Amino acid sequence: MTTTSPAAAATEITPPRARAMPPPWRLPLATIAAAFVASLLWPDQLGLVGRIATTALLVLSLDLLVGYAGIATLGQAALFGVGAYGAGLFAQQVHGDPLLGLLVAAAAGACLAAASGAFLLRFEGFTLLMLTIAFAQILLSLASTFRGLTGGDDGLSDFTITPILGLWEFDLEGRVGAIYAVTVLAAGLYLSRRVANSPFGLSIRGIHESRARMAALGTPVRKRLIGIYALSGMLAGVSGAITAQINGIVGLDSLGFPLSAEALVMLVLGGAGNLSGSVIGASVFTLLHHTAASIDPYHWLFVIGIALMAVVLFPPAAMAQKVWARVRGTRNTTP
Amino acid sequence: MTEILRLDELDRRFGGLHVTRKVSLALRPGDRLALIGPNGAGKTTLVNQISGVLPPSSGRIFLDGSDVTAQSQAERVRRGLARTFQITTLAPHLPVQRQVELALFERERLGNSIWRSIDAFTGVADEALALLGTLGLAHRADVATGSLAYGEQRLVELALALALRPRVLLLDEPMAGVPKADGPVLLAALDRLPADLALLIIEHDMELVFRMATRIAVLVQGELIADGPPDAIRNDPRVRAAYLGH
Repeated sequence: MTTTSPAAAATEITPPRARAMPPPWRLPLATIAAAFVASLLWPDQLGLVGRIATTALLVLSLDLLVGYAGIATLGQAALFGVGAYGAGLFAQQVHGDPLLGLLVAAAAGACLAAASGAFLLRFEGFTLLMLTIAFAQILLSLASTFRGLTGGDDGLSDFTITPILGLWEFDLEGRVGAIYAVTVLAAGLYLSRRVANSPFGLSIRGIHESRARMAALGTPVRKRLIGIYALSGMLAGVSGAITAQINGIVGLDSLGFPLSAEALVMLVLGGAGNLSGSVIGASVFTLLHHTAASIDPYHWLFVIGIALMAVVLFPPAAMAQKVWARVRGTRNTTP
Repeated sequence: MTEILRLDELDRRFGGLHVTRKVSLALRPGDRLALIGPNGAGKTTLVNQISGVLPPSSGRIFLDGSDVTAQSQAERVRRGLARTFQITTLAPHLPVQRQVELALFERERLGNSIWRSIDAFTGVADEALALLGTLGLAHRADVATGSLAYGEQRLVELALALALRPRVLLLDEPMAGVPKADGPVLLAALDRLPADLALLIIEHDMELVFRMATRIAVLVQGELIADGPPDAIRNDPRVRAAYLGH
């Protein structure tokens, strides 16, 4: 004989609804909490916390493109570098205020992304991937050529950053830098989650899954993609600016291909398309790099390679689902 | 009543291949026009030109009196044109409800809204669920679209087109691949389409064509060889020779 539970009866009467979107404050708060715990556990590694937060912001900007919009890119360093040089030059030429510098870098990243996106996003897949690499290489070459402006191979370093809000000066220990970077990352995560939860974000996911379907619904597909590219450029630019402000130097490597590739590796490590993967990926990669490089400075990439293979061959989300299914299966068969 | 859709000598070539040859057609509100023809006759290519997926090589398309030949697909949708696909084209990982909401957000011009959560648009969710209810899909609202049975996915295709509240609807083989058991639900949904909607339906199921259509147009090798009421088409010797075969 079967009996119907009250819960089951209720679901029969009320049709199911799609699951609600995750609240936008959850991920930023969890990130701040994790950073706080890490700072308590390793008080002499605050510089590392700041670096992870800055990198996570770059990976987050990439997740919006690769994970949400399905835009293949290996040129994210172009947007990061423009933010870094933008903030450095602004401090050098105009004002050393870090928050104003962030705004300038955000605008520079967003404008460059919108302008380049208007051309790049006419293409898809492998062609787009190659064009993004080429675009970043062109910017790198320009930065190298105009050494009077960028400092060329020596880097841009003759700028001074004033204390944040006139109160907190960047210290050698990295305390202020870490708090600054984690706060901006939390704001970036909040913004990204809100956008991902919005009708605009839903349409971006729709475009990722089927451009033909979205076009048939009347979605201006290219305009939407340029929109998300600009948002991504803004976050990447801000990430570049924080790096410049904390380190006090901007080098040509901030526009280089290895940075774009590493950001993509971090995204794959952490999991694309859910925003939290950016924080996880940046943390795992940076910590592995830090630990492995201190043990063997020449072969640390070997460890990263093994980790990447493991994640690609055994995706953590799928593994967790399998384990969970097995646990539930065991529980269900238990009398 | 005035024409809502008019095609003037629509011509499309792919290199040396001439796929549609100077096709002229007109649709008035309330028309139920079935476009029939053998495989490869150019029916889907014609729908792709009307909806804006493909530009015609020559000829003009008018929607409600305005020339939309050079307009994008999005602009045509905004003017009241919707279509479904012969091969189901949906976002497979999105829940069915979200899929329908996508159409509603576009219809309400909310697609650029970047700050408010989609959960805050309760009216949109209610409308999506109500629409799914009319198609017998309310109980599948939270399921990923890709995991639905094929017949149900065909219904979602129709739900998306209806969500746009079109004035002209192009249905590209809505019954293709639908299992027999799911057929009646889809047929009932087609029967309930608004009376003033202008419908162009491509279909190989002749039973459905003669049941629904108030007019039939026959396309053979890209050329429109007949356009008229079902009885006239049924008895047209050219059509019988070219397509119906009996």
